Amino acid sequence: MINACLTFRDLTLGYNSHPAIHHLDGTIRKGSLTAVVGANGSGKSTLMKGIVGVLKPMAGAVIRAPGVRAAYLPQQSELDRSFPARVVDLVSLGLWPRRGLLGRYTREDRDSVSRALMAVGLGGFEKRPIDTLSGGQLQRTLFARVLLQDADLILLDEPFNAVDSKTVGDLIALIKRWHGEERTIMVVVHDLDLVRQNFPETLLLARQPVAWGETRETLKPENLLRARRFHEAWEENAPWCEPGEHDHGHDHDHHDPAHAHDHDHHHGAGPRAA
Amino acid sequence: MDVLYGLFIAPFADFAFMQRALIGSLMLSLGACPVGVFLMLRRMSLSGDAMAHAILPGAAAGFLLYGLEILPMTIGGLIAGIIVALGAGAVSRFTIQREDASMAAFYLISLAIGVLMVSIRGSSVDLMHVLFGTVLALNNEALALIGGIVAVTLISLTIFWRALVAECLDPLFLRSVSRLGSPVHFIFLGLVVLNLVGGFQALGTLLSVGLMMLPAAAARFWTARVEPMCVLAVVIGFASCIAGLLLSYHASLPSGPAIILSAGVVYFASILFGTRGILRARIIHHRHRTA
Repeated sequence: MINACLTFRDLTLGYNSHPAIHHLDGTIRKGSLTAVVGANGSGKSTLMKGIVGVLKPMAGAVIRAPGVRAAYLPQQSELDRSFPARVVDLVSLGLWPRRGLLGRYTREDRDSVSRALMAVGLGGFEKRPIDTLSGGQLQRTLFARVLLQDADLILLDEPFNAVDSKTVGDLIALIKRWHGEERTIMVVVHDLDLVRQNFPETLLLARQPVAWGETRETLKPENLLRARRFHEAWEENAPWCEPGEHDHGHDHDHHDPAHAHDHDHHHGAGPRAA
Repeated sequence: MDVLYGLFIAPFADFAFMQRALIGSLMLSLGACPVGVFLMLRRMSLSGDAMAHAILPGAAAGFLLYGLEILPMTIGGLIAGIIVALGAGAVSRFTIQREDASMAAFYLISLAIGVLMVSIRGSSVDLMHVLFGTVLALNNEALALIGGIVAVTLISLTIFWRALVAECLDPLFLRSVSRLGSPVHFIFLGLVVLNLVGGFQALGTLLSVGLMMLPAAAARFWTARVEPMCVLAVVIGFASCIAGLLLSYHASLPSGPAIILSAGVVYFASILFGTRGILRARIIHHRHRTA
């Protein structure tokens, strides 16, 4: 555990007391490149939000190694595209970790903004108003901002949405460059072929991890089948998950987490999860 | 030349109350117009209006206790405004309710209390004073107060500029890199209240929001960047104040509405002739480039 970048300790995240991530234990190694896959509603984005800290855990904790700075590209950005800003203004927000509230932007900073735009294939777009960008161009702009943040931990939530295949190739190359620079990267992806080709490790989620480890092992047909059986809907009157009822640390070894997590037999009543 | 002097310079040169009105309203524009730009960009244009109503019970409380005195009424207004701003802001930040709904709820309650308090004592003339203000009767006390408010506003805006822009442009991003998101929102609401209170002696609680929003709304039609937009809004604010005061002097009109209507004229002109206005979009943009 010496070179853990992130440690999940019995982490439960969710909304309105319904868990979207349920009792997650495990670690993300420093310098690892992990794909996070799973069906809709399986908790991928929720996990990302929990790691960044915009969603507070309902139980347990995410422990970041000291000094680790995170950059986060959300799936649903709260970006206001009608705001009068240029591409360069939006990307420059990525200088925040370096310059903060009051630090002046130097010539060097401006150069690094241009270089970041160049790296995502948007060289010369500096002066464009953001409301004139296409969806894919905006996504690449946000990528440039992540690039500029120069973070040790990079969290990308479905970064390839609305991006054409050539650009997906460029962005994958960028991710691999980060990987080469020993940064820790987690990417939510839907395209399993893309995952098999480019990501060494995979976390397969269905509210709890179905499988977690080397990509080829994780994406075995039986694991995928198990993930697909996952029941997306909330049970409005699902029984309360009592803390004493299960023994953490044994059942949640992250390479064999297929623990069914069934409390019904303790209560003897209540509807069963399908 | 004499005619021009008589029209534009003499009213200010000859009368101290006109000078004071000019200084007071120009200072107000300097602080309120940039705040208005951000209110507009955050789609909170009507929140300014709501806040202006919310100030009423505080001002009324000051009026009940001390009569028509600027300081107690201002402090009362400030307290009422901050309670409503913080309350509505907190409800929207920490519950599922959006800011527009919580703001509406808080200001309506506040307004009802205010009207109740004014009607307990006081004639309708007093109510008219609170509601519509008297820019031509600004005393030194009021000018000093406005000066202080402007200084606080400009300094806060300078310090928090980057956070304010980030909070408007991409709040989720700001939350992921800094804890300033919520504080900046509340500081901003504080500035709104401060500037409305600063304006209500001069323009009244109902119209002080006009000097905040109209120049900002007009400036939106001329530029696609925030910094020039703020500068332009201030310039439009200045022009409206000067035009409004002259109009009020020469035609014996009430000064507050005259100032706001001048800003309204600039607004309509901007809709039509602005570089991002109707005519440009309809006529000139029929031509297009090859790439």
